Amino acid sequence: MSLAAAREPVAIGEERTRALLRIGWAVARFLLTVAVTLLGLVAVTFIIGRVVPIDPVLAIVGDRASHSTYLKARQDLGLDLPLIEQFWIYCSKVLTGDFGRSVLTTNPVLSDIAHYFPATIELATFGTLIGTIVGIPLGVFAAIRSGSILDQIVRVVGLVGYSVPIFWLGLMGLLLFYARLDWVAGPGMLDISYDYIVTPVTGLLLVDALMQGQFEVFANAFSHLILPGSLLGYYSLAYISRMTRSFMLNELSQEYIVAARVKGISEFRVIWRHALRNAAVPLVTVIVLSYAALLEGSVLTETVFAWPGIGLYLTNSLQNADMNAVLGATLTIGVTFVGLNVLSDVLYRVLDPRTR
Amino acid sequence: MAEASAASGRAGRRAWLLAAEPASRTQARLGRFYVSWKSFLGNPLAVVGLVIVIALILCAIFANVLATHSPYGGGDLRTERLIAPGEKFWLGTDDQARDIYSRIIHGSRLTLMVVVLVSVIAAPIGLAVGTIAGYLGGWVDVVLSRLTDIFLAFPRLVLALAFVAALGPGIENAIIAIAVTIWPPYARIARAETLTIRNSEFIQAVRLQGGSSARIILKHVVPLCLSSVIVRVTLDMAGIILTAAGLGFLGLGAQPPLPEWGAMIAAGRRFLIDQWWVAAMPGIAIFVVSLGFNLLGDGLRDVLDPKASR
Repeated sequence: MSLAAAREPVAIGEERTRALLRIGWAVARFLLTVAVTLLGLVAVTFIIGRVVPIDPVLAIVGDRASHSTYLKARQDLGLDLPLIEQFWIYCSKVLTGDFGRSVLTTNPVLSDIAHYFPATIELATFGTLIGTIVGIPLGVFAAIRSGSILDQIVRVVGLVGYSVPIFWLGLMGLLLFYARLDWVAGPGMLDISYDYIVTPVTGLLLVDALMQGQFEVFANAFSHLILPGSLLGYYSLAYISRMTRSFMLNELSQEYIVAARVKGISEFRVIWRHALRNAAVPLVTVIVLSYAALLEGSVLTETVFAWPGIGLYLTNSLQNADMNAVLGATLTIGVTFVGLNVLSDVLYRVLDPRTR
Repeated sequence: MAEASAASGRAGRRAWLLAAEPASRTQARLGRFYVSWKSFLGNPLAVVGLVIVIALILCAIFANVLATHSPYGGGDLRTERLIAPGEKFWLGTDDQARDIYSRIIHGSRLTLMVVVLVSVIAAPIGLAVGTIAGYLGGWVDVVLSRLTDIFLAFPRLVLALAFVAALGPGIENAIIAIAVTIWPPYARIARAETLTIRNSEFIQAVRLQGGSSARIILKHVVPLCLSSVIVRVTLDMAGIILTAAGLGFLGLGAQPPLPEWGAMIAAGRRFLIDQWWVAAMPGIAIFVVSLGFNLLGDGLRDVLDPKASR
């Protein structure tokens, strides 16, 4: 502070310009990297779409069509162009959100995805909430009493979470809590009798039901959500509690903690106000990354619970060789994944003053 | 007497292994291995993991001996369908009257095959990409690193699904799809390791002697990257098993009648409420085996890569 004040104002202005330039350059580089990654995503789906053993022309004209019909259909699809031109056309279509039509639902793939995606967001958000609310305190306690029974439990919870097949755990959950104990509602997002009561506004059923005062619908939807949501929550918890523990152990060994204790600050304050606050910065990025991981977990979970999200859409299309839908859904999930990764990067830089 | 000489022989061997100045390379290597082995044995969970993995391998080798029934041919369809676990069928039977225990035992071969093949395909790809990018640097590094990042940008299962959709379902294609999606972290690790050693003096010495880049990478860089990549591969093995089982569950991996555990769970889904064992038993097998690989991987990491364990 005093040094800067002692300098001439011109120099400060120059320094600031230079700093701004440096930040601008970093941002530009960062954006370029993201752009290249996204282009790569498109390229990968394009290549996958080209190696499919199914001939897209035959799928349209049928195998009894004459040769000239075949050639015309091939031309209409742009398959006679050089690959690089086809890629260019594919890119420009994807950029405008045109993934083609789904053979299965006959809708444009984009509108299908817009229809299914909110359900996945609802599921993943619920799972992350559970993982955060339960996982962080669990990790903190495990770090405070490192080596205790609680610490061992957190370790086992994590190990099981990394080892158990999510679809199997879902089936066993359905067997126990739905079929045997009847505590929760079964597969699907809502009982049939509650269908079409709530008009979709945000697409998130729970939010829409609350906004429209349909508490019965809300309760029903919640009892459908609780099992798959907790399942994803468990996976999120396993990850978040493990990371919280290691971040907290790291903070608690720092000198400022000793200083705080020497000053006579209560242990509660030392841990929850001082240590956790510093661990919070990397934790935010962990939470965002675990949200991204749940997108992946939702593919299998949605299949088990017949949850009408993008994962179910993807697997249904897969089983019917509906390539436009498969690639559209893959690309959507990939772009969301990249977006969340970028978000976690940016959050880290914004929240941690040391990276400025 | 014999006991005493055996004890002194053991002590002598121990002293030889732990010699501060080993007389030969072999002695040094064996000594290092002995120290690692001791510290590995000090971790009971890792030993449990090792036991599970060895049990899996034994199951795969002796499947014909261990299985009580044929994994493919079912019993009497009128009387032996969906029988609960009991004396004759230890883990019950499925809807084709096949013994679930025998199918799980034979399924261990598929599981092991998937794990081994995926590692054997993916680890060299990752090593090659990472070491070449790290050693050569420049635009090669930029291109290869970008490529790695692009593959990392997809959730693994989703990308594997898309690949299988393109290649067609089947266990071979599932193996290829998993291998194609799993190598990027290995490339990252190998690249980071390469960057730390590429400018070291012994590499410069080889370069001065006229060693080609290919020789330096293959003979001097790769061996040093190997242990961290192996640790990472071991840690990923549980993930490979889970992904393969997930593909099988979705009907995109191993096809019927192969006794693949994920596909067996999918087949048992229809009988979940009343004949729970059809879906439950293969899941337990997957869980135990993945747990074994996870425990083993954790233990290996602590021994081979002490920096990363914290």
